[in-house]
Amino acid sequence: MLTAILTGFLFSIFLVFTGRFFKGKLSILASLIPLGLFVYFFQFIPAIADGNVIMKSYEWIPSFNVDLGFKLDGLSLLFSLMITGIGFLVFAYTSSYLKGHEYMDRFYGYLASFMGAMLGLVLSDNMITLFVFWELTSITSFFLIGFNNTNPASRKSALTALGITGIGGLFLLAGALLLNNMTGTYSISEMLTMSEAIKSNEFYFLAVLFLFGAAFTKSAQFPFHFWLPGAMKAPTPVSTYLHSATMVKAGIYLLMRFTPVLGGENIWNTTLVIVGGITMLYSAVHTIFRTDLKGILAYSTISALGILVFLIGLGTQEAFLAAAVFIIVHALYKATLFLVTGIIDHQTHTRDVTRLSGLNKIMLPVGIAGILAAISSAGIPPTIGFVGKELTYEASYHSESMVIFLMIAIVLTKIFLLYAGFVAGIKPFTGKLPEEHANTKAPGFILWGPPLLLATLGIVFGVAPFIIESSLIKPVVEALGADASEMHLALWHGFNLIFILSLITIGVGTALYFIIKPSEKLEKGIARLDFIAPENLLEKFNALFVGFSNFWTNFFQNGYLRNYISIIILFLVVLVGYIMIGNTNFTIDYNSLSKITVYEITTTMILIAGIFYTVFTDSRLAAVAAMGVVGLSICLIFVFYSAPDLAMTQFSIDTLTVILFVLVLYKLPKYLKLSDYKTRVRDGILSTIFGLIITTLALQVLAEPVSKEVGNFYAANSYIEAHGKNVVNVILVDFRGADTLIEISVLSIAAVGVFGLMKLRLKMKDRRRYADTSLNVENENKKK
Amino acid sequence: MRTTIILKTASNYLLPVLLVFSIFILLRGHYLPGGGFVGGLIASIAFILHSFANGLNKTKELLIMHPGFLLPIGLAISFMSGLAPVVLFDLPFMTGLWSHDPVAILGSVGSALFFDIGVYLVVTGVTLTIIFTISESA
Amino acid sequence: MEILLALMVGILYGTGIYMMLRRSMVKLILGIILLGNGANLLIFLLGRITKGAPPIIGSDAKVFVEAFADPVPQALILTAIVISFGLQSFAIVLVKRAHTVVRTDDLDEMNATDEDS
Repeated sequence: MLTAILTGFLFSIFLVFTGRFFKGKLSILASLIPLGLFVYFFQFIPAIADGNVIMKSYEWIPSFNVDLGFKLDGLSLLFSLMITGIGFLVFAYTSSYLKGHEYMDRFYGYLASFMGAMLGLVLSDNMITLFVFWELTSITSFFLIGFNNTNPASRKSALTALGITGIGGLFLLAGALLLNNMTGTYSISEMLTMSEAIKSNEFYFLAVLFLFGAAFTKSAQFPFHFWLPGAMKAPTPVSTYLHSATMVKAGIYLLMRFTPVLGGENIWNTTLVIVGGITMLYSAVHTIFRTDLKGILAYSTISALGILVFLIGLGTQEAFLAAAVFIIVHALYKATLFLVTGIIDHQTHTRDVTRLSGLNKIMLPVGIAGILAAISSAGIPPTIGFVGKELTYEASYHSESMVIFLMIAIVLTKIFLLYAGFVAGIKPFTGKLPEEHANTKAPGFILWGPPLLLATLGIVFGVAPFIIESSLIKPVVEALGADASEMHLALWHGFNLIFILSLITIGVGTALYFIIKPSEKLEKGIARLDFIAPENLLEKFNALFVGFSNFWTNFFQNGYLRNYISIIILFLVVLVGYIMIGNTNFTIDYNSLSKITVYEITTTMILIAGIFYTVFTDSRLAAVAAMGVVGLSICLIFVFYSAPDLAMTQFSIDTLTVILFVLVLYKLPKYLKLSDYKTRVRDGILSTIFGLIITTLALQVLAEPVSKEVGNFYAANSYIEAHGKNVVNVILVDFRGADTLIEISVLSIAAVGVFGLMKLRLKMKDRRRYADTSLNVENENKKK
Repeated sequence: MRTTIILKTASNYLLPVLLVFSIFILLRGHYLPGGGFVGGLIASIAFILHSFANGLNKTKELLIMHPGFLLPIGLAISFMSGLAPVVLFDLPFMTGLWSHDPVAILGSVGSALFFDIGVYLVVTGVTLTIIFTISESA
Repeated sequence: MEILLALMVGILYGTGIYMMLRRSMVKLILGIILLGNGANLLIFLLGRITKGAPPIIGSDAKVFVEAFADPVPQALILTAIVISFGLQSFAIVLVKRAHTVVRTDDLDEMNATDEDS
């Protein structure tokens, strides 16, 4: 099973090296891979129909409880067959659709990777693996939507889709982690057995929320639906495969997979019914306002996904049955319609439905496929669509509450969907052939074969629903945790209320088709409401967010050194000050303090004078001299308090610093009065508070008892161990010698840095550029 | 740079005196205030004073080589003194080694002394490099 | 005296920061030096100050017989003094270099980070 999943990925890697051979006639051979996989999965049908579940597990990251666990039951089998079956047709179709395209090999590579990821998604039994494949489908979808990467609209749509589905993926990860926290396992099968425990867990609500977040984004439920119409920028085979038949159903799959684990609770069902209901009605109505064939199909796909969510939300056996059937119904007719649209686009170079009619005179097989699909979509007997619609109505009708509302919603949706199906499947092929398309060439077999096959299957399954009943549908319903033994699929359900509703639907929908003609006027009419569409709200929010980020970054990272310093100091002052207020209670033991002598008072006074002279003098030379005074005063303090080594060092360094400054000073400009009075007062206040805080902190520390343990150790062992009597020096060269070694290395680096900076000659080009830069800055400042 | 004749003459005598003093400070560091750091600083001040009085080029001639070369030499001596116990006696890095009999004036001679000499050279080299580089381009 | 020294540390820190907040590069370096001195004094103060008892063992003794000043903060400060000299000289040279290249002493005019701006 692992091989089956990996085949797609392996093929795309293989294409990287041999891609150029696959651009020509050989490209049709690529379709052999999904076909082979289809056959592989097909042979499991008898076993699964008997109620077996096939499990395969490979160790991956055992320490994190993550393994490559795969599970093939009714649900995953149905999806696998759809993925590989429609995949086969799409692969074949593409070889003609993109004939001669420069990057055809790339396209096949993406498509094959997607197929592998999608298979992995529906077969995974481990939530982490599921998440990985889930994200892989988003990523491959991103590449496929943006396949025409020279088109900015394509790139934007690809990014939107990736953003929305990517966020959904994060929800899935969060849900996986939360469920693991609750159950101690990532295995979905094991979670099945703990359903009750999960439901009574206090975080149940959150887990459901996370999974809904993942499913609703992937399956384009309101209000996250807008990425799907955008995704129609992709080549039509992609729209067919990813954005109607398989990937967008991943969310549906997730919900179905977790129905037995999390379902049955009020919050689960109600939310799904409401969200599904809104989505299906909202986007079904939207189809009226579109003139682009793919736009119509996109909205009708969203609507169909809404119906599926709605059915899962109903949560009855009938609803599950209806959902299972509707998945097949939808996959068949929607894929057909997309492929038909693709052919029309390919041959006539337009998808504007207002300009298309009478094409059956040129491409009859395509027209037949389109009309059959439209009938199936409309739910007209004897198609499988009719069976699906009857089941849907029945499920809604037997719902526990709000039957009237649900019935109105679903019937209205179906009416609009019928309209959409007719517009997409019938309108282009009836009526008069316009002049502009008179010279359109007929498509080849490879193009019209796949849609016709799919459309025919819709009729075959409709006439003989028993073909799929026990082999495909029942195992799905059982996988959802419902008993399917009593269920029965049939074309004719008898003459009852449901049948009358069906007739009404067909009648009203057909009438609608003849009354409302798609037109640009309608499209523009709805465009006026765009400002409240979720897509635009999101864009506004994004713009706001970007604006705020810019403001925030520029506010802090503004390139002004003094602002950085002020912010750091201000933060420190506020934080430390806040803690100190109320916590500052220390007593100073005046007896323990050293006595103050006249020398010390004098030294301190000189020090203070030196400091303030340094700060306030207008002359740089005076400031440097005052700096020297400050250093010497500190040197004296060291002398007073038993630190001869420090005094000597400080004295020498002080001398050198002054020399250094004097050497450089003549080359530096004079002080400028750059800041105004207000700024200086503000900075002064900030600095004063900061200084006060430091003083208070120092006094507070002084009030605490001190530990001299380390010092005593060094003092006791200085002569005995290290043969030295000057303890400070012994610490430097012996006890902590390694530190000193590093210190002198740092000093050497500083010296080399100084040498390099001064000796380095900038190239003339650089010099000029820097000069220009400063000029520009000056000009800007002047403008301000 | 114009300097007085007194400073010029004095610096010629001060240089050797200060150098000897710096070495004295370096060597007595283990028993009394002093050591490689202070010693190195005093030595560099001696050379800087000389350069102020006689011009940078004279001092450079006197030094023979660029003070920057003192950096690797000093670092090497310090590192070797730490490495010696590892190589010679298979002891941990920077273990102190000591001669048994105290030498006159210096007291006990050991690896720490060589370490201090390395520090002395590095500090001298760093200070002189910085000051010379700056006064050259100033 | 400790209180006086604590006050001194506060003054050094405060003025150091004040100088660093100025737009002139020279003042920035002076501020850094003041701040460095403040830090040295703070460490010295917090190690407790002792009068007239340097951490040097008497010529006849092998261990201390009387009270002595804590050698650890002193060793820390000694290296800090020398290192801060390295830092200062590097900063001075950097400022000088920046001045020759950008031809300004105003730190506010050095806020263009992108070379192409």
